[in-house]
Amino acid sequence: MDLAVVAKEIKPADLLQMYYYLRLTRTLEDRVTALYRQGRIVGGVYTSNGMEAIPVGYASAIERDDIIAPYHRDMGAFLIRGITPGEVVAQYLGKRTGPTRGKDGNVHIGDLKRGIIGFVSHLADNLPIAAGAALAFKIRGESRVVVANTGDGGTSRGDFHEALNFAAVRKLPVVFFCNNNQYAYSTPLSLQMPIKDVVDRAKAYAIPGEIVDGNDVAAVYLAAKRAIGRARAGGGPTFIECKTMRMHGHSEHDSAKYVPRELLEEWKQKDPILKAEQLLRALGYADDAAFHEVEERVKREVEAGVEFGEQSPLPEGPEVLEGVFADDEEVSS
Amino acid sequence: MTTATAGREVTYLEAISEALDEEMTRDERVFIMGEDIGPYGGAFRITEGFQKKYGEWRVLDTPLAESGFVGAAIGAAMMGMRPVVEMQFADFISCAFDQIVEVAGTSYYRWRASVPMVIRAPYGGGVHGGPFHSECPEGWFFHSPGLKLVAPSTPYDAKGLLKAAIRDPNPVIYFEHKFLYRRVKAVLPSEDYIVPIGKGDVKRVGTDISVITYGAMVHLALEAADLLAKDGINLEVVDLRSLIPLDQELIYESVRKTSKAIVLHEDNKTGGIGAEIAARLAEDCFDCLDGPIIRIAPPDTPIPFSAPLEEFFLPKITDVVTAAKKLASY
Ligand SMILES: Cc1ncc(C[n+]2csc(CCOP(=O)(O)OP(=O)(O)O)c2C)c(N)n1
Repeated sequence: MDLAVVAKEIKPADLLQMYYYLRLTRTLEDRVTALYRQGRIVGGVYTSNGMEAIPVGYASAIERDDIIAPYHRDMGAFLIRGITPGEVVAQYLGKRTGPTRGKDGNVHIGDLKRGIIGFVSHLADNLPIAAGAALAFKIRGESRVVVANTGDGGTSRGDFHEALNFAAVRKLPVVFFCNNNQYAYSTPLSLQMPIKDVVDRAKAYAIPGEIVDGNDVAAVYLAAKRAIGRARAGGGPTFIECKTMRMHGHSEHDSAKYVPRELLEEWKQKDPILKAEQLLRALGYADDAAFHEVEERVKREVEAGVEFGEQSPLPEGPEVLEGVFADDEEVSS
Repeated sequence: MTTATAGREVTYLEAISEALDEEMTRDERVFIMGEDIGPYGGAFRITEGFQKKYGEWRVLDTPLAESGFVGAAIGAAMMGMRPVVEMQFADFISCAFDQIVEVAGTSYYRWRASVPMVIRAPYGGGVHGGPFHSECPEGWFFHSPGLKLVAPSTPYDAKGLLKAAIRDPNPVIYFEHKFLYRRVKAVLPSEDYIVPIGKGDVKRVGTDISVITYGAMVHLALEAADLLAKDGINLEVVDLRSLIPLDQELIYESVRKTSKAIVLHEDNKTGGIGAEIAARLAEDCFDCLDGPIIRIAPPDTPIPFSAPLEEFFLPKITDVVTAAKKLASY
């Protein structure tokens, strides 16, 4: 990112905050992975390792009343919206204190009070939902915006296309992000679609598209700001493709032998945390001592979260029967 | 658009239209979306005049993309709106199956996001619509947790159940029977009323055999009951009205009284709603049964187009008469 642009467009405190969330995400996900390796977490652990700048960038760009519809590599966005490391660990451990009270696992986290639409495993299902949330804002004349994210693989599903088409026809205030980490599980992009840039898919819907360096948190943030601003002003949806690389396996069980090692080596040099540090140093906003301080802080917070998660109670079996239907009293406004 | 006028007879179709109109007036959060429902007024003209009255954003023509617009309705519902989605024909609901079953049905259970959405599904045969304009898809959703399903048989129930569905905080699929649209009429109360979801209704009180049914088959059962009365067999006709939640108490009460049960529906036989009711009766009312539980339902084929084929496929009055006579001999 051009230093002068960053200096002009992003407040130092905001950039430092983004750095903090990059570190918090990395440390938390590493810790969750360690718990998985110890056999204390069962099921899928999908991390955003090497891709943290995307959720941190877009979630830093929204306003308090805006809504996000994240997917499974968006830990930073959950944290920025106020989900605590303790809640994340509790969710992974199936504890009653997790956001879904043990009813669902991993990053299937939703909380409308914190502006998060929870997602289902079925990829791209959250995109029509995001468009519909934006439709509600448009019908009511509210100036709120929805930001949704999907992987590159998810863009092959019909729901992706139905959502973009509907949002474009009705000029809805929604921003579609795409984490293009070049693989969908083991399937490389070339077998997923006959185009190199996912953003080309938005052309068919006359949706303005942009490609950004997904490992540069400042670039993601500024692209998000522009798109959110346009959406809020009534200009309709934008599609932002973030080029990045999945540095771990699809889930932590997966050794990802199908990914060429050289590719990983190449992308290691472009690590988003490394990049953010270079940027902060060059701008004179932070030095090694400051980075070290953040490192110590996030370690403490993550350890406190692990303790909270581990000490939380498990749900009781019969709770399975609770809450299939909403009671009339609990209807949202 | 029809306006509620006391003392005027309305059709089943007009009752649906009145319910929508009244709920849109009563509650600003209610809006409707679907294919061709705007200026055109919908394939069955249920929303004729609505867009003029409520504007383009509350009467929304959608692209031809059921999964996309059902998903959008779910998103809007999560944001506090009360969307009512029209499927042009219930058959096309299969395109939105994923959003309905995986998202709408599970969101409250998983993360306490209620989805107050209604999907209106014009369903059912007898109108020579062929395999893709006559289906009864309720069985697919009957097996899925988190959804409520209703299927009215009269104008009164059609209006009251639609109002209840719109006011319900959960996703409700409202199965409106195309065959009944213009064939059944009634004078409706002029005051606001609802028919509570989860409550069945005995449409004919009888003593000898319970016929448990819903939708257009209620009328078939009533006609069969008239014929059988001449032979001294007295049918009780239980109209389920709601499929989920099922009014189990009413079913059991009726069967405990008559000791004999016929379960009648228009959806395919295997794994259908009738199978579930028969199983529950066998589990819970075994002691009071004086004969086998008989299911009357179409064979496990797609619903065909040509008149003699469709006629063969659909349950007939004679099927009910034959079954009732068989049961009467126990
Ligand atoms: C509809 C659907 N099909 C299959 C899966 C199983 N699955 C989970 S993640 C995944 C790959 C996703 O790839 P992409 O969308 O590129 O996201 P990424 O994981 O690479 O970030 C698959 C196949 C799923 N979750 N949903």
